[in-house]
Amino acid sequence: MNPRTPRLIGGMLSAVVLSSALAGCGAKAGETSEAAESCVKTDGDSIKVGFLNSLSGTMAISETTVFKSLSMAAEEINADGGVLGKQLEIVSEDGQSEPTVFAEKATKLIDQDCVAAVFGGWTSSSRKAMLPVFEGKNSLLFYPVQYEGLEASRNIFYTGATTNQQIIPGLDYLKDEKGIKSIFLVGSDYVFPRTANAIIQAYAAEHGIEVLGEEYQPLGSTNFGTVVDKVKKAGADAVFNTLNGDSNVAFFKEYKGKGLTAESMPVVSVSIAEEEVPGVGVDNLVGQYTAWNYYQTIETPTNEAFVSAFKEANGAKSVTSDPMEAAYTSLYLWKGMVEKAESFATDDVIDAAEGVTFDAPEGSVTVNGENHHIAKTALIGEIRPDGLIETVWSSDEPIEPDPFLETYPWWEGE
Amino acid sequence: MGVCVRDPAPSPDGSAVGPYPQKGRGTVDVFLSQVFTGLSAGGVLLLIAIGLTLTFGQMGVINMAHGEFIMAGAYTAYVINSVLGNAELGLLVALPVGFVVGGLLGVLLEAGVIRWMYHRPLDTLLVTYGVGLVLQQVARDIFGAPAKEVPSPSWLSGSVPVLGYDFPLARLFLLVLSLVCLLGVVAVLKYTALGRQVRATVSNRDLAETVGVSTRRTDRITFFLGSGLAGIAGVALTLLGSTGPTIGSSYIVEAFLVVVVGGIGQLKGTVIAAFAIGLTQSFLEYATSGSIAKVLVFLAIVVFLQARPQGIFAVRTRSLA
Repeated sequence: MNPRTPRLIGGMLSAVVLSSALAGCGAKAGETSEAAESCVKTDGDSIKVGFLNSLSGTMAISETTVFKSLSMAAEEINADGGVLGKQLEIVSEDGQSEPTVFAEKATKLIDQDCVAAVFGGWTSSSRKAMLPVFEGKNSLLFYPVQYEGLEASRNIFYTGATTNQQIIPGLDYLKDEKGIKSIFLVGSDYVFPRTANAIIQAYAAEHGIEVLGEEYQPLGSTNFGTVVDKVKKAGADAVFNTLNGDSNVAFFKEYKGKGLTAESMPVVSVSIAEEEVPGVGVDNLVGQYTAWNYYQTIETPTNEAFVSAFKEANGAKSVTSDPMEAAYTSLYLWKGMVEKAESFATDDVIDAAEGVTFDAPEGSVTVNGENHHIAKTALIGEIRPDGLIETVWSSDEPIEPDPFLETYPWWEGE
Repeated sequence: MGVCVRDPAPSPDGSAVGPYPQKGRGTVDVFLSQVFTGLSAGGVLLLIAIGLTLTFGQMGVINMAHGEFIMAGAYTAYVINSVLGNAELGLLVALPVGFVVGGLLGVLLEAGVIRWMYHRPLDTLLVTYGVGLVLQQVARDIFGAPAKEVPSPSWLSGSVPVLGYDFPLARLFLLVLSLVCLLGVVAVLKYTALGRQVRATVSNRDLAETVGVSTRRTDRITFFLGSGLAGIAGVALTLLGSTGPTIGSSYIVEAFLVVVVGGIGQLKGTVIAAFAIGLTQSFLEYATSGSIAKVLVFLAIVVFLQARPQGIFAVRTRSLA
């Protein structure tokens, strides 16, 4: 490949990202570029797929676990006879926690390795950087993490929750089961918490819940004295927490230090999963709530098999979490779509996507062919003293994905 | 649309969840609570800056690896807690051990790198920055990338009421610890032979040398003290947050600001600057938000340093240069 190609592509990417941002809609961006001729080889005994996760840099902690569960799914599928009779051949690339590297490596996977589909990405910025690559080259990305919604791309399948499958059920739980009348919002100062809180504000206005405060701290900040003072003084019925990473530790330590507890003022968090609990300190979290679609403690035969296989491969102390499960599921969903289409070609797979289901560890999930998200059951969990999370509430059935919140009259978009 | 699987704390009337803290307190309370928050934030800044005042202020060395000595202290606390398996004792054991670990790292850095470049401050900045990055990676290789949680002793959990305000015990402990460290440094500088030698070296290195002060030895011991204090700060910081490879670098910029605003090498200036910045931050944060308060504090520091580049107190040097 011409050594200047990545740079040219980088330039084109930024132009596409910019224009799509100006247009306020990422979904249409790819239609301008002509779909390149696919170089995917389908005549051999194997088919190549790409795993693109940050195996180094600040996100490696989280994304390495996704890589492990993807690898486990690939091994299982191969042991079971592969996809359309072909063994999966994995090409793994390191996104290095840099959105630009994600875009470069995605280009490499598609153009040089000729993979049939790519699985990975974690941060919204990595996904936004890859989106124009997959649209421009008409290839497939399977993205496994809950995110802020308001996006749908023809070339991306989103197997984590969108806001109406995590944040809105979290609010429903607080309103219906906890009877809260007021809420306080605490978050890290970047795109996901800001978007999530805009949605929460709209929800609260519609449902007569008073928002007593909305506070942000820079990502990584450990200075929560004033924020917790404000929370305590406001005396809200509950706190909705969209903090990310290390800030959670400082926040919950300060929270406990100022005498606030899960009984006096419960906190619902959307970014603390099983892996994060030991880092924050179980003592600081016991009794607090999280909103996700999967917990390690789910008691179904599928999940028990998933957990024990994962522990066998990665040690008895390893835990499974929502993004890992969503990544594992994504590989099986792709398999289902390919087998339904009887083809590895992107367009055939997309056409076959509607209604493909998989009996995932979290329960049955179904692909929505229109917005490329999947129907997922929402779970509210309580953090137990052993660091695992126990379901205390679940939506009756899988919730249809609605990334743009079109079925929620109180949301008029941004 | 939901079905309740298990409700851990059913509320009797279904309307509220539990007893809530007092709503709508008066402005005096707000004032007091922000004073306490500011004091505790200032105490943390002071604790981190005391060691820096010695190595940066007294020695004139821009030691960017100071933050990694803080990290070493934090990991020391983690290791000791894991070995002892006793959070109650862990902190008390970790404080002196953290001091020694930080101090030894400082002496190593001084003897291995810094002593070759005492008159080249920009070079010390670059080299110690590199050393800091190396130390971060070493920590990542030893302890892994995910943050470690150091359990706090039970005698520091909860809070004490001070004038009707709940002051978290951990923060109170930090405040007291920073004042104890400060008094210790003052005592060493004022009342010991070493302190006199340090002050003589700072005032005029050549003249001190002529009257028989071994400035090499003084440098080394000062570095041990300053870096040891970073180790103590690291141990103490585990009470506030988690321990990761970058714990030090997130505090180092603010610590340098405290030393510069206070007047380089001026302990009393460092104290005033630490609490002034802590209090300003706390009140601005109450009035605005976390991010905006930070910007405003930095702006205020820029304006202050424009008006008074030497900081709150200026160094009186007897150097002829």
